[in-house]
Amino acid sequence: MSEPLLSIVDLKKHYHTKSLWPFGKKQVIKAVDGVSFEIAPGEVLSLVGESGCGKSTVGRTLTHLEQATSGHALFEGQDFLMMSSSEFRPLRREIQMIFQDPFASLNPRLKIEQTLGEPLFIHGLCSTWEEARNKIAIMLETVGMDPMVMKRHPHEFSGGQRQRIGIARVMILKPKLVIADEAVSALDVSIQAQVLNLIKKLQQDSGISMLFISHDLGVVRHISNRVAVMHEGKIVEIGLKNEIFEAPKHEYTRKLLSSIPRVKTGRELV
Amino acid sequence: MALLEVQNLEIAVSAKGKLLPVVQSVSFSVDDNETLGIVGESGCGKSLTALAIMGLLGGTTVRITGGSIRFDGMDLLTLSERERRSIMGNQMAMIFQEPMTSLNPVYRIGDQIIENIRQHQKMTKAQARDRVVELLSLVRIPNPSERVDSFPHQMSGGQRQRVMIAMALSCDPKLLIADEPTTALDVTVQKEVLDLMADLQTRMGTAIILISHDLGVISETSNKVAVMYRGRVAEAAETESLFLELAHPYTRGLLNSMPVVDSDVDWLEAIPGRVPTLEEELTGCAFHPRCASATELCLTTVPKETEFKHGHSVQCHFPGKVAP
Ligand SMILES: Nc1ncnc2c1ncn2[C@@H]1O[C@H](COP(=O)(O)OP(=O)(O)OP(=O)(O)O)[C@@H](O)[C@H]1O
Ligand SMILES: Nc1ncnc2c1ncn2[C@@H]1O[C@H](COP(=O)(O)OP(=O)(O)O)[C@@H](O)[C@H]1O
Ligand code: SF4
Ligand SMILES: [Mg+2]
Ligand SMILES: [Mg+2]
Repeated sequence: MSEPLLSIVDLKKHYHTKSLWPFGKKQVIKAVDGVSFEIAPGEVLSLVGESGCGKSTVGRTLTHLEQATSGHALFEGQDFLMMSSSEFRPLRREIQMIFQDPFASLNPRLKIEQTLGEPLFIHGLCSTWEEARNKIAIMLETVGMDPMVMKRHPHEFSGGQRQRIGIARVMILKPKLVIADEAVSALDVSIQAQVLNLIKKLQQDSGISMLFISHDLGVVRHISNRVAVMHEGKIVEIGLKNEIFEAPKHEYTRKLLSSIPRVKTGRELV
Repeated sequence: MALLEVQNLEIAVSAKGKLLPVVQSVSFSVDDNETLGIVGESGCGKSLTALAIMGLLGGTTVRITGGSIRFDGMDLLTLSERERRSIMGNQMAMIFQEPMTSLNPVYRIGDQIIENIRQHQKMTKAQARDRVVELLSLVRIPNPSERVDSFPHQMSGGQRQRVMIAMALSCDPKLLIADEPTTALDVTVQKEVLDLMADLQTRMGTAIILISHDLGVISETSNKVAVMYRGRVAEAAETESLFLELAHPYTRGLLNSMPVVDSDVDWLEAIPGRVPTLEEELTGCAFHPRCASATELCLTTVPKETEFKHGHSVQCHFPGKVAP
């Protein structure tokens, strides 16, 4: 394997909460409790697990939305986990995040061209609006939208279209690593399939690395090269996709896999 | 005659002075001991259909504009308000997707169920409390005689949903409508809740309508299925027949869109386009803009419900003729 793009070593995030009772003990919630993994260039690693197991917390600490408690996170060899925000700034463009609810992350007052264009200026990727609009038009086409939509506002779009715009906003910055947190979970099945295909295509064409966070094992099987199964703040099993799905070793992985309701088409025996 | 028979149900929403149809000529039936699965993407009219049966479509914006709902031989839509209430409270119950929003956070769960029981049945407080403990143990809440005094926030999502099931069962309903009861739950918890519902059905013979957007959930739990698309039943059949034939292009498209855990595919066969909004007027078959099998006829004429096989109906001009 080539040098990893990202290596996480013993990542921890502990939350200290005050008890509701006056003399109660303080509680420590070990949301992420010693997580390590690597992602190679061009690789998609999925983090899968049930609600509250710490998946999003991993994503949030890696994008500096939250300060990690301890550990190391190396991006191209450089440890950025504990960097100050000014030190981290140059990496912001390289490490981008796609969220579950694109609406919450799109400013409702801004036209799509502003939402997609302004980061281009901030990161010095273009110097005139003409240049920006050209890039935006190409990017919108790439995510399957009519470039004309750049003149419109987020509320005019359906959930699937907003997620396409959310993806465009990330991909236009040409990041090296994308962290997608439940990026297709809010979408209806038929739209989810379109967006999943799109993410997979863009990932393969651009060769970016991806940390794909999801609770849906079907989605995870479709998108990943490798899979890490999380449970109570720890990775209980990590391996190539086929190892995890065809020969799961950990009891918890097996329990997850056997809980999924399956469609019986009556053709299985044929 | 089945316990519940819905025939040609029509529901409309009034918006900007217009009456927009949201549910159109929907028909199905459920009997004791039977589970009907209703499946479809968001906005296709599943919840409104459920609320119509429960008599919960109050207000002026959404109303029933046609058809009949017969329960135990009575036409619910022609009953007086009072007669209806007594049936709704005692013989039908509904559970919703988000258990937290249907439980009152400031009252103990036991008190909420006791209240519900005493609204519909003559019982002393102590009797009702015993009944609640019994119900909580029925839905497999550990230490029911202690948990009866818990507040909703002290329970997990799966436990809260089980409390909702206990509440729904508290007056021994003949019909239970569960609208996305496990959508907010983890898969392992979902399995427990679905197993529990199946188990209770075996014991009590309840008729169940299970609404879900997940074909896997429907396949594993239902005896028969109605697939809805934009307010209509696209395809309805016994579960086995439905998944074997996939006679409507939408049903097949929905199944092909699902990424599955048991095999690898390079690209999902997504259905192109999106569900048209209520405001978008459409002629012909509502699915035609997204359908690979569409012809001229589909653009102009709404397909009639045709019997594809015995007990298997399809609203499509070319049922079963979809490319495999
Ligand atoms: N700000 C916070 N303060 C205290 N506890 C928190 C905080 N944020 C998260 N947690 C806790 O940390 C744990 C992990 O949360 P996280 O959001 O990472 O879960 P997740 O795996 O993404 O779950 P989901 O699938 O529901 O999104 C949970 O127990 C959560 O309650
Ligand atoms: N109270 C309401 N007022 C106006 N429109 C509504 C109302 N409730 C539902 N609708 C619309 O009716 C359609 C069907 O809704 P619903 O039955 O909730 O769908 P679902 O299949 O997701 O349960 C949707 O287009 C929805 O936006
Ligand atoms: S009627 Fe025509 S458009 Fe509609 S589902 Fe059938 S083939 Fe497709
Ligand atoms: Mg999360
Ligand atoms: Mg609904």
